Amino acid sequence: MTYITKPRLHHPTLRANKVGYTRRDYEGKVSTLCAGCGHDSISAAIVQACWELDIEPHRVAKLSGIGCSSKTPDYFLGASHGFNTVHGRMPSVLTGANLANRDLLYLGVSGDGDSASIGLGQFAHSMRRGVRMVYIVENNGVYGLTKGQFSATADSGSRSKKGVVNFDSPVDLVAMALQLGATYVARSFSGDKEQLVPIIKGAIGHGGAAFIDVVSPCVAFNNHAGSTKSYDYVREHNQAVSRIDFFAPAPEADPDARIAPDTVIELPQPDGSTMRLRKLHEGYDPTDRLAAMNHVATHQALGEIVTGLLYVDRDAEDLHAAMRTSTAPLNSLDAGTLCPGMDVLERLNQSLR
Amino acid sequence: MKPIAGVNDFVIKFANVNGSGSASANELFAKSILRMGVPVSPRNIFPSNIQGLPTWYEARVSEQGYQGRRGGIDMMVAMNPQTWDADVAEITPGGYLFYDSTRPMPASKFRPDIQVLGMPLTEICNAVYSDPRQRQLFKNIVYVGALSVLLEIEPDVIEQLFAEQYKGKEKLLAPNIQALHLGRDFAREHLPGPLDIRVARRDKVGQQIFVDGNSAVALGCVYGGATVAAWYPITPSSSVAEAFLRYCAKFRVDKQTGLNNYAVVQAEDEIASIGMVVGAGWNGARAFTATSGPGVSLMTEFIGLAYFAEIPVTIINVQRGGPSTGMPTRTQQADLIACAYASHGDTKHVLLFPQDPSECFAHGAAALDLADRLQTPVFVMTDLDIGMNQRLCDPLVWDPDRAYDRGKVMGADELEAGKDFGRYKDVDGDGIPWRTLPGTHPTKGSYFTRGTTRDPYARYSERGPDYIYNVERLLTKFKTAATLVPQPVLRKAKRRTRLGVIYFGSTSPAMHEALDVLTEQGIHLDALRLCAFPFPEAVAAFIARHKQIYVVEQNRDGQMRQLLVNELQIDPARLVAVLHFDGTPITARFITRRVTEHVQQAETEAAQRATRKTRKPLTEVA
Repeated sequence: MTYITKPRLHHPTLRANKVGYTRRDYEGKVSTLCAGCGHDSISAAIVQACWELDIEPHRVAKLSGIGCSSKTPDYFLGASHGFNTVHGRMPSVLTGANLANRDLLYLGVSGDGDSASIGLGQFAHSMRRGVRMVYIVENNGVYGLTKGQFSATADSGSRSKKGVVNFDSPVDLVAMALQLGATYVARSFSGDKEQLVPIIKGAIGHGGAAFIDVVSPCVAFNNHAGSTKSYDYVREHNQAVSRIDFFAPAPEADPDARIAPDTVIELPQPDGSTMRLRKLHEGYDPTDRLAAMNHVATHQALGEIVTGLLYVDRDAEDLHAAMRTSTAPLNSLDAGTLCPGMDVLERLNQSLR
Repeated sequence: MKPIAGVNDFVIKFANVNGSGSASANELFAKSILRMGVPVSPRNIFPSNIQGLPTWYEARVSEQGYQGRRGGIDMMVAMNPQTWDADVAEITPGGYLFYDSTRPMPASKFRPDIQVLGMPLTEICNAVYSDPRQRQLFKNIVYVGALSVLLEIEPDVIEQLFAEQYKGKEKLLAPNIQALHLGRDFAREHLPGPLDIRVARRDKVGQQIFVDGNSAVALGCVYGGATVAAWYPITPSSSVAEAFLRYCAKFRVDKQTGLNNYAVVQAEDEIASIGMVVGAGWNGARAFTATSGPGVSLMTEFIGLAYFAEIPVTIINVQRGGPSTGMPTRTQQADLIACAYASHGDTKHVLLFPQDPSECFAHGAAALDLADRLQTPVFVMTDLDIGMNQRLCDPLVWDPDRAYDRGKVMGADELEAGKDFGRYKDVDGDGIPWRTLPGTHPTKGSYFTRGTTRDPYARYSERGPDYIYNVERLLTKFKTAATLVPQPVLRKAKRRTRLGVIYFGSTSPAMHEALDVLTEQGIHLDALRLCAFPFPEAVAAFIARHKQIYVVEQNRDGQMRQLLVNELQIDPARLVAVLHFDGTPITARFITRRVTEHVQQAETEAAQRATRKTRKPLTEVA
């Protein structure tokens, strides 16, 4: 419950970004999640990414489904419109919103129950369609709000807090997103902000459907020994494929001067900026979908969680490109543009006689 | 048996095989009669199948302009051996049977009380055409040619229709005309024409148009400014979205850029369809989905969200027979309650009831305005009978000065000027709050939309008084809706009467005909055609003015009657249900019979009561 008023204290030394906002302007209401919840770290990473990219908060639309993760859009970007939709159906509402106004940045926040169980279908189809959005799943393998039931991403063999062992195979949303045609697929960890912030920034700049699976341990129900989504387990089994540095185009700086060319892959973004990937593993190419699928599967077999930007299609286009919709947002068109008028109607009447 | 006779007043039924190309020939037949100035109303009776199963096309020719299904078949064009026995049995005594006589049929397969007209269609086509597909397709045109002789349809009219149809594809023109005359020549030489049922040129069509409701409602959405449509294929509504796409491709592509001023998504299911419409509506685009009963069932959770979060949504429900998969290719008006109260919790929704394609167009556009004005889901409740059949109706009209009613949307200027914004606050007394669209103002007017309770400023709240304020305001809004929706249409009886009838939607043509017949029989009824739910004040006033009111509808449970009882607190005994629900369109004969029976029964009972009353004082005296 968010009836607790957040103090509006402004630290005089807070630095404003290029559009005149301090990091504080990207925050939302006080979180009502449990103390130490990984989801709050993800909210903080979103705030950081938007501030760093000089995005005006009101040009973002935040959408979510139902669950702990889906409550979080109330806790960041307070000046943005938000929509807490129905369970598992955020992708369709986001798709419709995006069709109505292509000029906003669409941020979809979901959980593993929301996207891998009840909403698996909508997750899959929004990836197929290439809706331009940042789709973040805050993945803890457990139903928090209903007190600790397994979700569909819980690993086979993992043990719940009550001692129940899960026998069902897990749904791997990253593998699915790769298979379904998502054009930006990443996995990160709520405890690794250094990696997460650039991944979110890359997703914001991406021209198509960007999917980020963020392992986010549930401190209340899934952070015990026997869980495969606990802080300790993830830290021990994390295999980072890349660290990303994101640079907005800045004429005064020559980014190449800062990063040695042999360790960097340049990814031009549709908004004119460039993303640079620093590969930790020699030979890992994030622009090769098949290799990414293979890499994820190989490491999964070894019990490792691969994090980082796993795949990106630098030329990705979105649903609007496929549908050839007008560059002006559809919600801005007036009757003069939309209504064919009485003369056309008279011709139609004539053709129906 | 005397042959059935009638100029411009008969019913002809074509029994065909699905996928044999008969549909366009049958439409040609109907249109040629219309071009002779004689009203005709055809109905497709088709199976849930692509090819092979039986399909029928029943056309009623009526100079008086009665467009309801009449019942009874005066002439059968029996082109389907599978259904021969039933088709022959269906012909009214004295009627006509036209059939393909290529293969000889045993005498037992015919009836002595009908006129039999055999023509070796297959043999004729096999002799003229070598391509098997042509043999099949032109067989249909050949029988239209023969019928034109038998029924005196002018060949010039048919040739003109060919010329229009094949404009730009002139190669196809000659073989069609050839097929037409193959039929005509044979009929003239070998068949006893013209028949006693026939067509004679009149001027009864005027400026009316011939169109199906699904195309018309789609065009209404184009004119009404819908830019986003999301849908999932389902009979009988699929052609709404397909027509919308077709009209948009014609009228909504920017001439300079070639880019589309619309977006249509065929979603993965009905849940996603309505979700997209909700998202687009939330974000200020006019959006709609088209579906049928099973789709509405899937959409109900989102419909509740849109009701409670107050988001404009337009849903075209082309009703079919339910429950469950029910009768996908048959018609009913059986989703009234499912739509009026769709979703969990206390919910009520606006429903519109177009009576024909012309009103489908008007209601499609009106629904988009109402949804924006009321910030709530609005259903256009059409059905298969109107949606998938071409119907003669008033031409489509659009007031050139008409502006879209975008409702209460607060803009950046008003926010900047410091106008108070409470997303769920009733500031105007009509229950309708103001809304802002995402991206409007850097610091003012943002809010968090959700399906959970909140206070008038959209802040999360589970406090009882906040909840009650909100849901009671929604009731106020629903009362406002009753003043904005299309108002009911009264048709007064020629005499003062205490009897009334309430009807709506596709029942209209059958009802109008029944009212004429009942009047001739001396039964006078004032008739009120409902155009929307919630019921405007005129509905309660009409019911109050009458002692007994028949409620005519096409479902089993008298759903409209239930809505009237429930919403207007009417004594159920005053509302007599007249229910037709076998999946075929309701007929004037059915309504007339039911009303007559009831009136006679009531008279008998009244007479008995009167007898008892007069006897009683007598015994007292004794």
